[in-house]
Amino acid sequence: MKELEYPFDGDEIIKKKKGIKKVLLGQEGLMPLKIAVLGGATTNDIVKVTELFLLDNKIKPIFYESEYNRYYEDVMFENEELEEFKPEIIFFCTCNRNITAWPDVTDGLPDIEKKLDYEYLRLEEMWNRTAEKYRCPIIQNNFEYPFYRLLGNRDSWDKRGRVNFICRLNGKINEYAENHSNFFVHDINYESASYGLEKWSDPFYWHMYKYALCVPAIPYFSFNVANIIKSVMGRNKKVLMLDMDNTLWGGVIGDDGEDNIEIGQETPIGQTYSEFQEYVKSLKNIGVLLAVNSKNDEATALKGLERPDSVLKSDDFVIKKINWMPKSENLVSAAEELNLLPESVVFADDNPAEREIVRSNVPGAAVPEIGDRPESFIRIIDRSGFFEVTNFSEDDISRNRMYADNVKRSVSRNAFTDYGEYLKSLEMKGEIQHFVSAYMSRISQLTNKSNQFNLTTKRYTQSEIEEAEKDDGYITLYGKLDDKFGSNGVVSVVIGQIREKECHIDLWIMSCRVLKRDMEYAMMDALVKECMKRGISRIRGYYYPTAKNAMVRDLYGELGFEKLSEDPDGNTVWDFEIKDDYIRKNRYIEV
Amino acid sequence: MTRDEVFERLTEVFREVFDDDSIVLEETTTSKDIEDWDSFEHINLIVAVENEFSIKVPMGKVTTMKDVGEMADIILEESK
Repeated sequence: MKELEYPFDGDEIIKKKKGIKKVLLGQEGLMPLKIAVLGGATTNDIVKVTELFLLDNKIKPIFYESEYNRYYEDVMFENEELEEFKPEIIFFCTCNRNITAWPDVTDGLPDIEKKLDYEYLRLEEMWNRTAEKYRCPIIQNNFEYPFYRLLGNRDSWDKRGRVNFICRLNGKINEYAENHSNFFVHDINYESASYGLEKWSDPFYWHMYKYALCVPAIPYFSFNVANIIKSVMGRNKKVLMLDMDNTLWGGVIGDDGEDNIEIGQETPIGQTYSEFQEYVKSLKNIGVLLAVNSKNDEATALKGLERPDSVLKSDDFVIKKINWMPKSENLVSAAEELNLLPESVVFADDNPAEREIVRSNVPGAAVPEIGDRPESFIRIIDRSGFFEVTNFSEDDISRNRMYADNVKRSVSRNAFTDYGEYLKSLEMKGEIQHFVSAYMSRISQLTNKSNQFNLTTKRYTQSEIEEAEKDDGYITLYGKLDDKFGSNGVVSVVIGQIREKECHIDLWIMSCRVLKRDMEYAMMDALVKECMKRGISRIRGYYYPTAKNAMVRDLYGELGFEKLSEDPDGNTVWDFEIKDDYIRKNRYIEV
Repeated sequence: MTRDEVFERLTEVFREVFDDDSIVLEETTTSKDIEDWDSFEHINLIVAVENEFSIKVPMGKVTTMKDVGEMADIILEESK
């Protein structure tokens, strides 16, 4: 919704939140999510505004809110209500007002260390206990700077200073985050600086309402928390699609010529575009796919990227749509070629008319209002949180290469008239095994972001996946696929629950980048093999339709399952009897 | 700014905050007359009023105003 896109008007959001919520609740396909907000200050409006941003990401939160300042007690002591609530995310919404053991100028250094330990260990104990008891992702605010400095500038380096104390406490929180994969820091220290600490920490709101931040800052705070949550739930965008003229460089290459566009260190505008290109290039390094969508003559436009001072090169982009077609059509066809949904694309263009065409013709695609001033591009794309990094796996680093390999594969495919011959030529090797810890973060990431090849759309947290891995009552399989063009990484996951000698497929997903490669057959073969080993003779499959998974509606039928039932919503249940003479279905992947 | 103008603009603010276009404000309207007007919504209401009239309501007056008439008094006083 336009009102909730960065850069938004926070005051308007606060004022109109009731009306906005009503509209957002009218959307279809909302995913429910239970979130416990355990606060060290008032959280009422934080919860309400966070709800808006989550709804905007098609997540329908159900909240548990602690009583005022009961965050610690709520998890450290028996709490039937919270246990019954079964939170899927726990958010500790604390602030520097919750610090009780502040250093004093009369303290000796050992006293201060003791105070630091006291404050930190109390938190650590709380997180450990939460992780053990609730087994869900934890989001923890770090601490904002104090609003006054007793020692002035010295407060920053002197251990008796509160600024110093906060820095060290935040350092310890970071260390914990580094060592715990299901723990996410909500960086209010940065947010409050970005908003303006003086306004953020206006004591009026604390003394008046026990709010740790000023009410007008709440939308900025909530927006950032919602970004973490939607990222954990696999709702990040995947592609940054860019216009060229006046977006990647200053000027129009078709009119000005490649020698006269502004890029590089000679002019302030050129420098600004170079900085933007560097930012875009670093997005590629965190796994964002880059694409071009430009109205130009292709050969002419590409000369812009051939300039030696162009940071971005032609092969940084997995797909380039340089033609005179409407940009909305280019976006849709590019997404199709990448086997992604248009809504996973962020489109950046300096021209408001082009933005409008895409916005009105491609519902779901993100079209940030980047304006036409290149100095604002980075801030707006960055703060929008499209690509908020929560889990960062090896796969993210190599994603661009994998997609580029895929484009090579499709070129090679065109050279074969027989598809089987083509598959043979790929020399595919599969690795299908019980879950292993090295791939856990990729497995959980894939589980939460696969929407198309996903039979049940059941979401798992990393800890639930780890549980299943350890439990003998489950069969867990991951599938990794390599071929002569490179590795595709972990691309498929199956979780089957064993009940009374039957294996119920709770989850089966596959990345769309390996569609039609026999990988689903290889997974089926592996599942059958594992069932046989355990003396299981029946497999139950379930298909629950969503707006996105129509492609697997008949998967079980194709695999030889028999349909047992279908309800009016299209939910189907399938049965497969494993016979001793089961014939392997996969023909092209060496497992 | 006249008292009528204050009431006119206040009505708009109330309608947006409580998402209810049927709200009509009187001098004697209190939180009891508007269903969703609880202590939490009061905070948002004050912030919205402060923005609308570019004022800052002093701490001592935020929770002591007993009806909309008093709210209008504060607005007129603070925007002098």
